[in-house]
Amino acid sequence: MGTRYFTKDHEWIEVDGDNGTVGVTNYAQEQLGDVVFVDLPAKGKKLTQKGEAAVVESVKAASEVYAPVSGEVIESNAALAANPALVNASAEKDGWFMKLKLTNKDELKGLMDKAAYDKLVASQH
Amino acid sequence: MRYLPLTTADRAAMMKVVGVKTVDDLYVDVPAKGRITGLLDLPKHQGELEVERALTAMAGRNRAAGAGPSFLGAGSYRHHIPAAVDHLIQRSEFLTSYTPYQPEIAQGTLQFLFEFQTQVALLTGMEVANASMYEGATSTAEAVLMAGRVTGRPKAILSGALHPHYRDTVRTFTQFSPITMESANPVFDGKEDLSKKAGPDVACIVVQNPDFFGNLHDYSKLAAACRDAGTLLIVAVTEVVSLGAIRSPGAMGADIVTGEGQSLGVGLNFGGPYVGLFACRKQHIRQMPGRVCGETVDADGRRSYVLTLSTREQHIRREKATSNICTNSGLCALAFGIHVSLLGEDGLKRLAALNHASAVLLADELGKVPGVKVLNDTYFNEFTVKLPVPAGPVVDALVKENVLGGVPVQRLYRDRPELANLLLVAASETNTDADRKAFVAALKKVLA
Amino acid sequence: MKPDTHTGNRGLDLAEPLLFELGRPGASGVDLPDAPKVKSHLGGLDRDDIGLPNVSEPEVVRHFVRISRNNYSIDANLYPLGSCTMKHNPRLNEKMARLPGFGDLHPMQPESTVQGALELIHTLGHWLKVLTGMPAVAMPPAAGAHGELCGVMAIRAAHEAKGEKRTRMLIPESAHGTNPATAAQCGFEVDTVPGNARGRMDLSAFKAKLGKDVAGVMLTNPNTLGLFENEVMEVAQAIHSIGGYFYADGANFNAIVGKARPGDLGVDAIHINLHKTFSTPHGGGGPGSGPVAFSAALAPFAPLPMIVQDGDRFRLIEHLGDKGKPGEHSFGRLRSFHGQMGMFVRALAYMMSHGSDGLRQVAEDAVLSANYVLASLKADMSAPFGDTGPCMHEALFDDTFLEGTGITSLDFAKAMIDEGYHPMTVYFPLVVHGALLTEPTETESKASVDKFIGTLRYLARAAKSGTELARFKDAPKLAPRRRLDETAAARNPVLRWTPPAAQAAE
Repeated sequence: MGTRYFTKDHEWIEVDGDNGTVGVTNYAQEQLGDVVFVDLPAKGKKLTQKGEAAVVESVKAASEVYAPVSGEVIESNAALAANPALVNASAEKDGWFMKLKLTNKDELKGLMDKAAYDKLVASQH
Repeated sequence: MRYLPLTTADRAAMMKVVGVKTVDDLYVDVPAKGRITGLLDLPKHQGELEVERALTAMAGRNRAAGAGPSFLGAGSYRHHIPAAVDHLIQRSEFLTSYTPYQPEIAQGTLQFLFEFQTQVALLTGMEVANASMYEGATSTAEAVLMAGRVTGRPKAILSGALHPHYRDTVRTFTQFSPITMESANPVFDGKEDLSKKAGPDVACIVVQNPDFFGNLHDYSKLAAACRDAGTLLIVAVTEVVSLGAIRSPGAMGADIVTGEGQSLGVGLNFGGPYVGLFACRKQHIRQMPGRVCGETVDADGRRSYVLTLSTREQHIRREKATSNICTNSGLCALAFGIHVSLLGEDGLKRLAALNHASAVLLADELGKVPGVKVLNDTYFNEFTVKLPVPAGPVVDALVKENVLGGVPVQRLYRDRPELANLLLVAASETNTDADRKAFVAALKKVLA
Repeated sequence: MKPDTHTGNRGLDLAEPLLFELGRPGASGVDLPDAPKVKSHLGGLDRDDIGLPNVSEPEVVRHFVRISRNNYSIDANLYPLGSCTMKHNPRLNEKMARLPGFGDLHPMQPESTVQGALELIHTLGHWLKVLTGMPAVAMPPAAGAHGELCGVMAIRAAHEAKGEKRTRMLIPESAHGTNPATAAQCGFEVDTVPGNARGRMDLSAFKAKLGKDVAGVMLTNPNTLGLFENEVMEVAQAIHSIGGYFYADGANFNAIVGKARPGDLGVDAIHINLHKTFSTPHGGGGPGSGPVAFSAALAPFAPLPMIVQDGDRFRLIEHLGDKGKPGEHSFGRLRSFHGQMGMFVRALAYMMSHGSDGLRQVAEDAVLSANYVLASLKADMSAPFGDTGPCMHEALFDDTFLEGTGITSLDFAKAMIDEGYHPMTVYFPLVVHGALLTEPTETESKASVDKFIGTLRYLARAAKSGTELARFKDAPKLAPRRRLDETAAARNPVLRWTPPAAQAAE
């Protein structure tokens, strides 16, 4: 079990060694409503921090998912691509988006821990 | 004024509720310098009779295509339209409804769009189709932009036998985009092979069938070459009736099929409105432009239809939309759909066979006129003839014999003097033996 | 509710399957003769099965009549869709468009045989030039968004002709989605300008964004909130001062036709939706027509073809012109052939019927009706800009009045369906929370508008009563369909009918 970080754009990343798993938070999932489609990056794609990594769509809205940190995509979640409703059912576990090989771990310092993120969400209600 | 129900008394009562003395008080936000005082320099209102008289006189200064023998094609074709088509599309519920944004009270429009999408997919031999585009040329330009998005590649290769209006529209649509367009020189003998053009930097190759000069192609080999190179093959069809007689682009391996649906149900209309066809593979639907209708159920579980995949579109995706398109060609799509419904499988095939036969008979007769040569080995209902003299003046002279005798190729290729003697001739089920005889006789007279 | 009849019908509401489920071998809706026997020139490319159903004419007619009855229409009732201008569509227009001298003309006929058609397009262009106060007009665009493409391409071409590479297009946040989509399609970066407390574009924020890299501004006026941008002349002056151009989205021209001219307000390009202001029918989503009026600065870059008058003859300019000739600087061709002729005939018939006096009355009545709706419903609903002065031809409400009721704007809209009304535009413009954009148009009688107002007032009070939640949440209950599962439609798109055998195999 690695360490989990959060962004103010409601992405999470769980870092284990040099690799990280990225998804959107449960709060983000609630805001989106029923997710109908996710567009995931291809394996090998190089992402830069805050750059567009994926797109998540509901019936009437499309939102970008940004890379919490820079890295190369080593896997995207095929189960999610086949069943986008996984985001709604399990945003912070089975509904992960992609796994990255981090290229600049210093970027993690700028992210939030769970307590800070929960506080942010509470302030947005 | 007959279209305005409010009376002077109504207006006064309404202004009282609003709290203004004159209607101009409602225009206070318009800068005074920008306001019109008095009336603009245009005629005042007129009754129905006066308007009808004036417009009928204007219409009378045209020679309707059906007022005599007519053999024009080049992307717009004269066919008989069953009377039921115009009756049905004029029903209030179809004619005067908006885009079906409230599906519970727009199932009529949504169902015919779903049927239209199915008809277009079947005719083109493709997996899916959208709910129509403006017309064939813009549909083709949108396909080129889509190929750029799907492949991420910078180049589009256009056949030299693609309709020049389609070529020019693609050029306009791509001129400010990341895509560079390369158009081959005109090829009027049907002997063009673009398969070596497919390559790693090529997003798409655009061809036409039947091509602009009427030649038919089997694009299977080109499709295979494209598939190997990861290049998308776009096939444009400007005469959709041809799909009742010749193998579909989908069966040949096309990735996107675009087309003009005017031939079925829509009529000539001096060039518009028409109905653009757009079909593709299911794997690419999220890059498709335009509206799409899908099947679902309502809260009671009844089969229903709804506009779907809207996140591709401008009203949600704004600058990231797949296209800026909003309007489709709904009523023309309905006319197309009704005509195809009346024809059915058997009727469309019979119609196509009649068209081909009409063209073969005409080609045989024109080929016997001294100095006239039919250039095509293959064709559907349109072919190219070479005259002994420039075609433009000949066509003008034929008008005096009450014959609309084809489209001079140079009208569309102004900078190609070597094409001056070429004439594009189309025939359809509307042409009779007498029409053909009149054409041949008039041509002989003009060339003599 | 699901019909509990044996047939699935509900009185006059007749259930109807897909056309594909009606076909059977041997039926036909046409009688076509056998083709004469000729030598085939198809090159062996003969068609195999298509898969279309064979159906007789009476069945086809019934099919389309039956499904048509599931549609709402302006012919049947008020259609208050804001920004769409659902006005009465006169049938004279339909009759005129079907005259063989217009409807049965081939676009490639020799010029000598289509003088009346060219005259009609030229005449319509003249009306549009006078009504907009602009010196030139491009007729080819097939719809409003196509017109936007036309206008913005002319802007880009004009900058390039001066050797300038400008990259930014300024667009207010309240704009139609077509504006940013069009700017992006022309290679511009979209720079969004915020609005101010009065619902207009924030002039100082706009001015702060100006620079030598700004190509122009795209402003809808009246804007999408139904308000007139009263600082429009300052906007024009400011954009021109940095060498940029002013594109106006003319979607809401119906409010000002005959009352104000975009040309006098400093506009360089404006598209006119003939299917809005000039009553050509919407046809379930098209076809449209979107001619673009140009200022003298942009006119040289207009698309092909153009029509010019030589004495008493009209000529088509179909190719880029030689030096000094029309079309020399054109940015090119936007489509096949010449434009939406069928729409031109209808629009001109409408304009001639109204004349200069009637068109002015159109705008006045449209604006008066909207203000009447706004004034009558301000107390029961919530109008975010209701106290900033009059609106134009649309009355905008938000969902503040529904706060705490558990009822959304969508629920409110669906309840209107049960009352026999098509809802207004909901959730647009995006800048207003739960927007309900209402456009009664000038072709409703006072009695009709009063009934509409009474219905909305009744529903607003019912919503706030706290005891009628089901009326909204379950709505519509009385329409041909109840609410649809749009999520299922988007998750697993079924975009065409497939034969049962193929369905089973999938």
